Amino acid sequence: MYKYDNYDQTIVDERVAQFRDQTERFLAGKLSEEEFRPLRLMNGLYVQRYAPMLRVAIPYGLLSSEQLRMLAHIARKYDKNYAHFSTRQNVQYNWPALETVPDILADLASVEMHAIQTSGNDIRNTTSDQFAGIAQDELEDPRPYCEIIRQWSTFHPEFSFLPRKFKIAVSGATHDRAAVKVHDIGLYLVKNEAGEIGFNVIVGGGLGRTPFIGPSIRPFLQKQDLLSYLEAVLRVYNRYGRRDNIYRARIKILVNDLGKEEFARQVEEEWLHIKDGVMKLDQKEIDRVKGFFTAPDYDSSAADDNSFEAAQESNKSFTNWAKRNLFPHKVAGYKAVVVSLKAPGIAPGDATDEQMDHIADLADKYSFGEIVVTHDQNLVLPNVKQADLFILWEKLLEKNLATANIGLLTDMICCPGLDFCALANAGSIPIAKQINDKFNDIDYLHDIGDIKIKMSGCMNACGHHHVGHIGILGVRKKDEEFYQLTVGGSSESDACLGERLGPSIAKEDVADVIGKLLDVYVEQRQEEERFLDTFRRVGITPFKDRVYPKKPVKEKAHASN
Amino acid sequence: MRVIKDNKIVNDDWSVARELDADAPMPDGDIILPFHYWQANRDSLLDKKTKHAVWINGDTDVEELVSDLEHFSIVALDFPAFKDGRCYSHARLLHDRYAYKGDVRAIGDVLRDQLFFMYRCGISSFQLRDDKDAEDALKAFNDFTIRYQAAADDAVPIYKLR
Repeated sequence: MYKYDNYDQTIVDERVAQFRDQTERFLAGKLSEEEFRPLRLMNGLYVQRYAPMLRVAIPYGLLSSEQLRMLAHIARKYDKNYAHFSTRQNVQYNWPALETVPDILADLASVEMHAIQTSGNDIRNTTSDQFAGIAQDELEDPRPYCEIIRQWSTFHPEFSFLPRKFKIAVSGATHDRAAVKVHDIGLYLVKNEAGEIGFNVIVGGGLGRTPFIGPSIRPFLQKQDLLSYLEAVLRVYNRYGRRDNIYRARIKILVNDLGKEEFARQVEEEWLHIKDGVMKLDQKEIDRVKGFFTAPDYDSSAADDNSFEAAQESNKSFTNWAKRNLFPHKVAGYKAVVVSLKAPGIAPGDATDEQMDHIADLADKYSFGEIVVTHDQNLVLPNVKQADLFILWEKLLEKNLATANIGLLTDMICCPGLDFCALANAGSIPIAKQINDKFNDIDYLHDIGDIKIKMSGCMNACGHHHVGHIGILGVRKKDEEFYQLTVGGSSESDACLGERLGPSIAKEDVADVIGKLLDVYVEQRQEEERFLDTFRRVGITPFKDRVYPKKPVKEKAHASN
Repeated sequence: MRVIKDNKIVNDDWSVARELDADAPMPDGDIILPFHYWQANRDSLLDKKTKHAVWINGDTDVEELVSDLEHFSIVALDFPAFKDGRCYSHARLLHDRYAYKGDVRAIGDVLRDQLFFMYRCGISSFQLRDDKDAEDALKAFNDFTIRYQAAADDAVPIYKLR
C-alpha cells in the first residue's frame, strides 16, 4: 500500500496544527459558529444529535493492521469503544468531545491517516473496488489512480468551496463493485481499440432527493490526461453549478439541466486550454505510485492444500460461511475473506475496539497485514491462503465476526438514522434489528440467496436505498416514522434506480412486507434466478398486488329515474 | 483602503463603489467600479481618467473583461459569502489563461482561513472583512509549507520534486 514520504507527512502534521489553532480560536470566541462550521467540516467534524461526529478518511478503503489498531485505540480513548464503517469506505466516531479532536487527528497522523475533506463542499475521499488488486475480473488495479487523485484533490485551492460535496469512484474490473455510476465522477478503467488502457469518464450520477445514473461524457481518456480532465470538469462545475438551492447544487443537476452533450462540450472546451500544461501526468509518476501496490509474497504451493475441502465436508457452519463470505482470488490457492460486520443485533457496520484489534492481529497472521473496508460496510482480508481458512473462521467466530451472510438479506446497508443523525426522519438501525429478528433461519436466508437491502433514514440517501434490490427510505408522517419501499434497484454494472412499490408502510410492518416480497420471489423464480432477476422478468405488479391487495370495488348505486 | 499585500498590511488610495447606477455621475478619486458601470461609461472613463479598476462577483464571466484587461490596475473579485467559491476559478483564469499582470484583489467576505487558497489561485491582495484582525490573518500564509498540486502560485505538482 501507499507509504507517506516527508511531503505527505508534513501536510498531515501541518493540518493538525492548523486545526488545533482553529479549534482554539473557536473555543475562545474569535471564530463564530458559522465561520468555524466549514473549517470543522473540512476536517470531517459534524455536530450531531447528541455529540459531534468525526469522520476519518480511509483512502479507497485500504488499511494496514497498524492503522486499524489506531482506529481501535481512538475508539477506546476518545469514544465509547466502537466505531462505525460507512458506505464510503470511511470510519465514523459518534461520541468524541470537540476539545479532543485535535488530539485524535494527531494520533491519526502518527499512522499516516487524516480526516481531511471527509465532509464539506469539497472533493471527498475517492472510493474503489474492495477487491482491487486481487479480483479475477480486473483489467488494472485502480488504486494507484485513486492515490494520484487523493494527492491532487487534497487542499485543492480552487475546489475547496464548491457548490456542494463531490465524490469520485474508480473501478478497474468488469463487474462494478464500487457503485461508479452513482458518483459525481465515476471512472472505469477500459481498453480502447488500440489496446491501450485509459478511463471511461462518467459524470453526474448520484442519489439523494433527485437520483441519477451518471452518463459517460468521454468513453476513453488517456491516463496522462486524468488530472487535467478532472480539473476541467470541476472548473465547469465550480463556475456554473447552482448555489441558490442546496438540493439542486450537485453536479448531477448541472449535467441534467445542460444535457450531457452540452456539458461534455463545455468540459472539452475548458480541457483544451489545460491538457498539455503542467497538469499532464508523467508516466514516471504513474509508475512510482503503481510501485506501492505490488503483489505480496504469495506461496506458490498454496493450491496444493486439501484441508479446506476436507473441512467443508465435515462442518456445515464452516461450509455456509465459506459459501457466502469468500471471494475468488486471482492467485490459485488464495481467497479474499469478507469479515461480516452484520451480526444479528449489531448496528450494521459497527465494530468494537476489541474486534478491530482482533481483526488487525488476524490480518498480520493470515493476510499480509492489510484490511479493506467495503462500501457494503464490511471488512475484507484480501489475501488468505485456503489452508488457513478454517482456523481463521474459528478465530473470527470468537469475536462474533463470522456471520455467514455476505450478500444475503441480513447483509444490509444502513445509515446511522435517527439514533445518531441530525438529518434523519426515521430510524434505520431498529429496522435492521426487526429484519434480523424475523429472518433468523440461516437455511431460509441461504435459499433466498443474493439480495441487497439498502436503507436510509432520510432522502439524503446515505444508505443508497434507490439502488437496493429492496430499498427502504424512512419518512415522517404526522410525527410518526413510516417507510417507503422501492424494488429492483442496482448499483452495479447494470445500475438502475428502484421502482416505488406503493404508499409508505408503518414501522412495525417493514419486515413482514419484506417477507411478502420474498414469498412472491420464491413462488415465481426460475432456476438460478436471483431476486433481482425475477423482479426484472415479472415486473412490479405481482409484488405490488401482494403487499397492497386490491379492495373489492363497491357497486355504484344506480340512480333511479 | 487597508489591504494585505505581499505578506504585509498596507494602505492604498483605492476604495470600492459597491452600488453605482450606470447613469450616475463619475465618482472622483481612485474608485474600484462595478463592471457594469465601466461597460456603460467606458469611453468617457478612458477619456477622463488615467487609472482604472473594476470589480465583479461570480455572476459575471471573466471572459467579459478580457478585452479590457489592459486598462485595469485592479480587478477585484467579490466574495458575497466566503462559501461562494466561483471567484477562485475567476482568479485562476485571470492569471493562467489571460496572463493578467495587474492586482487581483479579494473583497467582501474575506477571512483568514481562506487566504491561503485565494493566494494559491492568483489573488494578490486581500481586503479583509472589517471586523477581522489583519495581523492575525497574516499567519494564514504559513499554514502549509507543502502543496500537492500546481496552481497559480509558483508550485509545481509535488511529484516533480520527489
